[in-house]
Amino acid sequence: MTAGPGFGRLDRRVWLLAPALVVLTLAFLWPVGWLLSRAFTQPQPGLGNFVQLVRNPGYLQVLGNTFLISAIVTPICVIIGFPVAHAMTHSGPRIRRTLIFVVLIPFWTSLLVRSFATVILLGRNGPVNGLLEAVGLTSEPVPLLYNLFGVLAGAVQVLLPFVIFPLHAVMLRIDPTLLPAAMTLGARPIRAFVSVYLPLTLPGLITGATLVFISMLGYYVTPALLGGPRQTMVAQVIQDQIAQFGNWGIAGALSLTLIAATGVLLFAVHATVGFRASVR
Amino acid sequence: MKSSGLSVWRSLRGAICLLVALYLIAPLTIVVIISFSGAPFLQFPPPSFSLRWYDNLFTDAAWGDALQVSLSILLPSACGATILGTAAAYAIVRGRVPGADFLYAVLMMPIIVPSIITAAALFGLYRLFDLNGTLTGLIIAHVVLTTPYVVATVAAALRTLDPRLEAAAATLGARPVASFRHVTLPLLAPAILSGFLFAAVACFDELIVSMFVSTARTRPISVQMWSNIRGDVDPTIAAIASLSFAFALLALLGSLFFTRRPEVDRSA
Repeated sequence: MTAGPGFGRLDRRVWLLAPALVVLTLAFLWPVGWLLSRAFTQPQPGLGNFVQLVRNPGYLQVLGNTFLISAIVTPICVIIGFPVAHAMTHSGPRIRRTLIFVVLIPFWTSLLVRSFATVILLGRNGPVNGLLEAVGLTSEPVPLLYNLFGVLAGAVQVLLPFVIFPLHAVMLRIDPTLLPAAMTLGARPIRAFVSVYLPLTLPGLITGATLVFISMLGYYVTPALLGGPRQTMVAQVIQDQIAQFGNWGIAGALSLTLIAATGVLLFAVHATVGFRASVR
Repeated sequence: MKSSGLSVWRSLRGAICLLVALYLIAPLTIVVIISFSGAPFLQFPPPSFSLRWYDNLFTDAAWGDALQVSLSILLPSACGATILGTAAAYAIVRGRVPGADFLYAVLMMPIIVPSIITAAALFGLYRLFDLNGTLTGLIIAHVVLTTPYVVATVAAALRTLDPRLEAAAATLGARPVASFRHVTLPLLAPAILSGFLFAAVACFDELIVSMFVSTARTRPISVQMWSNIRGDVDPTIAAIASLSFAFALLALLGSLFFTRRPEVDRSA
């Protein structure tokens, strides 16, 4: 290649990776590998834990719940996030800056604080119920918490930025003259939007939707705080199995299922839009 | 027809943006208001106002201890993550590492793998080394969890930085260390600082891993908040939530300030 001065030395920069990789190996890869291997070793070696996962309707129900709730949250985030990303991209600098700031705030605020705030907001005597009654839509407090609605309301709030930012990033790169060009050629605005603009946003849309889906799969705080027993998700069961029953085998098997689902999804996205886009 | 369709879309878009802004900001505003409540329970709007819950935060032993634990792991974790993350990002972007993309993905794993798995795994392994319930154990966990944020921020900034600047310094006789110190580092400083701030905020907020590897005696603020939310809730939790929100807001403003760039030219 282009041999510049000191190129022999340049490769020593590789060693700068060593500290991070050592820490990652000792304090992440090793423990996680250890946990996952419990699935096959405890209480007895073999696939007993997975047989139990499939046989026990309770576990299947929780796994089903987890995927179902994630599958509901994802399109909601996309549908709400798309217009916001669009406005963020195609508005004047002031509106854009305001929107970016508003979306960044939850990104930087503790998940716990936001979920707690949602508990107050949606509580029996909370402001939302107060508003509904004042407007005359309801005559008594509506149960907004400890059910599916509570989980969705909390989760969408937390996960919206994950879909807005990747969408905004691809929208910035779309040539703004494309839509007028399509309309000059006779396309109606809706058709121009659907067949020209929308396909170009797909990489961002897929990336954002994947991030939302895989984050939701592993969520603990939001369902534990805002959902009811029927919204129990995998993360809560892993916690219970370890903290209450010391059942590392089942916890390992559930973790492996969760990681496998995440890995398969990321791999599928890698195949469609490229891996870098999916992790960033 | 065309223009009316477009204006319908514009107003719909505007309405959605307004609702989303309300949806994102309203809960936090309500928490801040409740933190100044005079009532001993969470009621909105509060019947009266006082500072008693902020006072309680610093006088109540459980909250005070938790705050102390959080603050003593904050700086070592964020500094550790910043050093490890910056070095790794530099090696990946500039070091001609074989399989750089793969290594980048590996470095991002702690934020992709669900926290509950990392938490259970660290708790399990820490038992072998008696690290559960120690500040060291908490610090190691938070370094691992927050390094990816620094790697991502610094790597993104490095990619936009012209490598010829370093080459020019080398041509002028600067050794690699000198060219890094005098050319690259000053240009990267905003991204490094912003990564540091995000790591600090993430460390302060982290709940799940802390919940597993801490004990009643070394309990960071997030775990104290969690047990409070699940038990008897009083507005002290709103007070610490407001403080943590203020901390995040300051960090966000700081990071926006450091990484301030001219408006993106969208015609390019």
